[in-house]
Amino acid sequence: MFIKDLYTIRSTYREDMKVRGYQFGKGEKSACIVGSLRGDEIQQMYICARLVHILKELESNGCISAGRQILVIPEVSAYAINIGTRFFGVYDADLNRSFPGSRYGEPAARLANALMAEMGDYVYGIQFTSFYMKGEFVPHVRMMETGYQNASLANLFGLPYVMVRKPAPIDTKTLNFNWQNEATAAFSVYTNQNEQVDEKSASQAVAAVLRFLTRMGIIRYESHSGYISHVLYESDLSDVNAASGGIFRGMALAGQDVRYGNPIAQIIDPFDGSVKETIKAPTDGIVFFAHTDSLIGENDVAYRLIHRLHE
Amino acid sequence: MIETVAKLELPVGEHIVIRKNRLVPVEGEQAANGRMTLVSGIHGDELEGQYICYEVGRRVREHPEYLRGILDIFPALNPLGIDTAHRTVPKINMDMNRMFPGDPAGGMMDRVVAAVVSDIIGSDICLDIHASDSFVREIPQVRLSQDFAEKLLPFAMLTNVDMIWKNATATVHESTLAHSLNVLNVPALVVEMGQGQSVNRQYGDQVVDGIFNVMSHMGLWTGPVNETQIPAVSDDGEVEFIRSEETGIFLPLMAHNHYVRRSDVIGEIVDPYSGTIKSRVCAPVGGLLFTLRVYPVVYEGDLLARILGQP
Ligand SMILES: [Zn+2]
Repeated sequence: MFIKDLYTIRSTYREDMKVRGYQFGKGEKSACIVGSLRGDEIQQMYICARLVHILKELESNGCISAGRQILVIPEVSAYAINIGTRFFGVYDADLNRSFPGSRYGEPAARLANALMAEMGDYVYGIQFTSFYMKGEFVPHVRMMETGYQNASLANLFGLPYVMVRKPAPIDTKTLNFNWQNEATAAFSVYTNQNEQVDEKSASQAVAAVLRFLTRMGIIRYESHSGYISHVLYESDLSDVNAASGGIFRGMALAGQDVRYGNPIAQIIDPFDGSVKETIKAPTDGIVFFAHTDSLIGENDVAYRLIHRLHE
Repeated sequence: MIETVAKLELPVGEHIVIRKNRLVPVEGEQAANGRMTLVSGIHGDELEGQYICYEVGRRVREHPEYLRGILDIFPALNPLGIDTAHRTVPKINMDMNRMFPGDPAGGMMDRVVAAVVSDIIGSDICLDIHASDSFVREIPQVRLSQDFAEKLLPFAMLTNVDMIWKNATATVHESTLAHSLNVLNVPALVVEMGQGQSVNRQYGDQVVDGIFNVMSHMGLWTGPVNETQIPAVSDDGEVEFIRSEETGIFLPLMAHNHYVRRSDVIGEIVDPYSGTIKSRVCAPVGGLLFTLRVYPVVYEGDLLARILGQP
């Protein structure tokens, strides 16, 4: 293992923020794995830290394939993590909306640019990321539909679902999108938690990455075969919105099967405890995303259901 | 008359409400020659537009007989943000000016945004009034995207700002209100001035004079109009960005909105621990110092000043 300093941000009042990459093997830049780009992505950092731990062991056992190189970057925003903010610096910069960045730009753009210079020419790019709304996803790999994506590669993670998303203008500044623009096959892995460490879901993510690296011939590792992934498009999902605001009592979990007409959540009046609304499943399906915040506003998304599976 | 454009229930005993003031000719709406919409407060920490909305309303109330068109004034598109000095939409922490055109069947903010757009459609002109952030001070300016410059420039020339900046990349993002409206054939200008979390009354009066000048040219206002100036028009290539190459405390040595010569010292970056000057920031070109940093703590890459170069 070789620790590489990728970028340093200097502050007048704090110790330098050093972004570090953990490099395994030598040769072709095969896989780059990135954890926390935001200060609340603790689970994402933890998954990478566990990968570093395992890859170190694999390397000392000679299990990194000859001529293959892996770079793991557990976090790029220690300054935000250590003060408990999602975004970076006084401008509240979202690093996952700062790519490809610029060498002459603002601090976040310079950081993104330096990272891109380092990460841009890997064959595979894997990022652990999070959603702006509090909630639980069924574990899945996400790819952007950029014309370069290859959903069958994403199946090799062996997670239950692969989601292919059409990029909106706001997505064009994400790491995933810019990786694909640099001809890196880019995958975003969504797991259950951000701010809390969830061991079970972390283990699943670690196993998925090791499985992928094994199947690509980058490492040698005994992997279980995992799931046969279903590929989903946005049109395969139906949003279930709350018709009123109040306290959210969710009754279905991510990954759960729901039946048409069955109650899946209640909105409770925050003053008198009465049930303002019972949300019923509008279709048979599987819960892809579940709102988990204890409060909900009118028309906020309570669930996203998979209403159709392609075989 | 104050009208409600969107109203959605928040979790606990409150709604998010988007309101506008509709001013009409004394003879009624049917006598109107057209419609102008003023919006502000997409970014909750930008308050310059609050004075402008007030002052435009005040002048119309003083002489309602001169109004020959419909004037819709939206002081706060992001009312929760402006009420709490949050730039973004509180709780989801998303930039509202990256959510347009919204979705009438989407989540809460998607619907709010879609309702605003659908209400503004039908206007003959829309001015989206921003302030600078809390970090740099700006002269009154209109920012245009190159795509719509030809159509918008004649309106922009009437706004009495100091400068029209064509192709100012940061503000011409596809998901902004202005871009969405322009695509929908409502000419929309972005006005930028002053600084965050404050009101500069002099700049406000200048832009208000411009707004009445635009209305007068469009036949929406028949009253007297104060004398206005012709703005300087610039392209990206003529604007010089000066960024900090150090971390420290920036102390400006030049006044904002002044002409500088090449090599003039604009300011110093100092170290409060050692009592030393870390660097002197010099003007790379002569010209108008139209942006100047007011917030002293700087990182490498932070914007210190912008100069509109003299040809
Ligand atoms: Zn703004």
